[in-house]
Amino acid sequence: MILLSKNSKTHEAFFALQLNEATGKINSQFNKFSGYFNLRETNRQLALENAALKNQLQQNYNIPNNAILFAADSTIRDTNNLIRKYKYLPALVVKNSFTGQENYITIERGSNGGISKNMSVVSAFGVVGKVVAVSENYSIVMSLLNKRSIVTGRIKNKEYAGTIEWDGKSPEFLVMKNVSKSAQVKLGDSVLTGNFSANYPSQLLIGTIGNIKNDEATNTYILKLKTGTNFYTLQHVNVIANTYFTQQDTLEQKNTTINKGNE
Amino acid sequence: MSNLLKNIIRFILFAFVQLFILDQVPLLHQFIKPYLYFLFILWLPFSLSRFWLMIVAFLFGLTMDYFTQNFGLNAAPCVLIAFLRPTILNILIAKETTEQNYVEPSIKSMGFGPYSIYVTILVLVHHFYLVLIEWLQFGNFFYFIGKIFASGALSLLLILITEMLFYRNSKLRLV
Repeated sequence: MILLSKNSKTHEAFFALQLNEATGKINSQFNKFSGYFNLRETNRQLALENAALKNQLQQNYNIPNNAILFAADSTIRDTNNLIRKYKYLPALVVKNSFTGQENYITIERGSNGGISKNMSVVSAFGVVGKVVAVSENYSIVMSLLNKRSIVTGRIKNKEYAGTIEWDGKSPEFLVMKNVSKSAQVKLGDSVLTGNFSANYPSQLLIGTIGNIKNDEATNTYILKLKTGTNFYTLQHVNVIANTYFTQQDTLEQKNTTINKGNE
Repeated sequence: MSNLLKNIIRFILFAFVQLFILDQVPLLHQFIKPYLYFLFILWLPFSLSRFWLMIVAFLFGLTMDYFTQNFGLNAAPCVLIAFLRPTILNILIAKETTEQNYVEPSIKSMGFGPYSIYVTILVLVHHFYLVLIEWLQFGNFFYFIGKIFASGALSLLLILITEMLFYRNSKLRLV
């Protein structure tokens, strides 16, 4: 059996999938119990998010032409004739981890719930990570608190980008590198997701700057970011499905193969 | 309770304690991470041969890996300490008397001195190998040295507490 799973990629994937389901079930049983400990914090977060969303409601605004009723639904085509690009799929965190060097989160929603690999995961207050493995009912999310995770971010209102990693030290802080010194950053500035990523919508909060250090070797900053998401009490997350993802991805892949052919 | 049943319950309990309690505790520092799960391998009975020790240790390590999604990170050190265990036990104890009289390694069966040496060596080997694998991926020498000794000391403390809390009256083996 071991030989079988080593030699063929499909068998390996099959076994990983079955075990993913099994560990997911155990984790969700445990979560039913441990979820009670974070209820107060989860409630506070939901209330805050609710207030923020209610402030954005259409009825709070005086629209010159309110003949068209805005309907919030999850169809691809909106009543305003806008085409929906991102869909938010809510999911429950059944296993959270922040003590290792490579942290993964298990969520209770899988391919049956419309989740596929490389989708991005956000909480009410910022980016959480991206999906790396999917089984029928569960998905594994690589958290930002993972030494393998690299995200491109940019500083709000300034078009300076940088790469965001985790140094493995504290679950509250990320490290942002390669930000040019001409950006003139200040403590407390927000860092958002970049414009070019296929899986993250732009303008999502990643964190706020908590510490500024100059990189001696280059002309760039090393910034410590306080994460927007509180990873200690993660309970509910949203998975963002980009309906254009396959288009952008295949086009970019095709482009690289064309370039390789020219060389 | 039969020996097999006792060890199956221990397998589940040690995995549960490590995964759902110790791994959920926010760390004091990056270097100080509580590990206790490998005590299961140190407590396996004398009668298991080296081959079966390694098989059991591999399955146990793999179970931990599946829950933490780091494949091989726990399985490799577990198999290593299972491999070294019979050698160290042979050096430390008089084989004829102890292994025939007692079921498994404990303070009572080996004496406090030999048992603490046995535990200390295997804890250090386990942490050395586990942190080495992490170090090879991420590369920071202070992380390597610091985590071995800081986490090792914490593990020894946890094992001491476990031994005091759960006093195993290791029965004399009736042959």
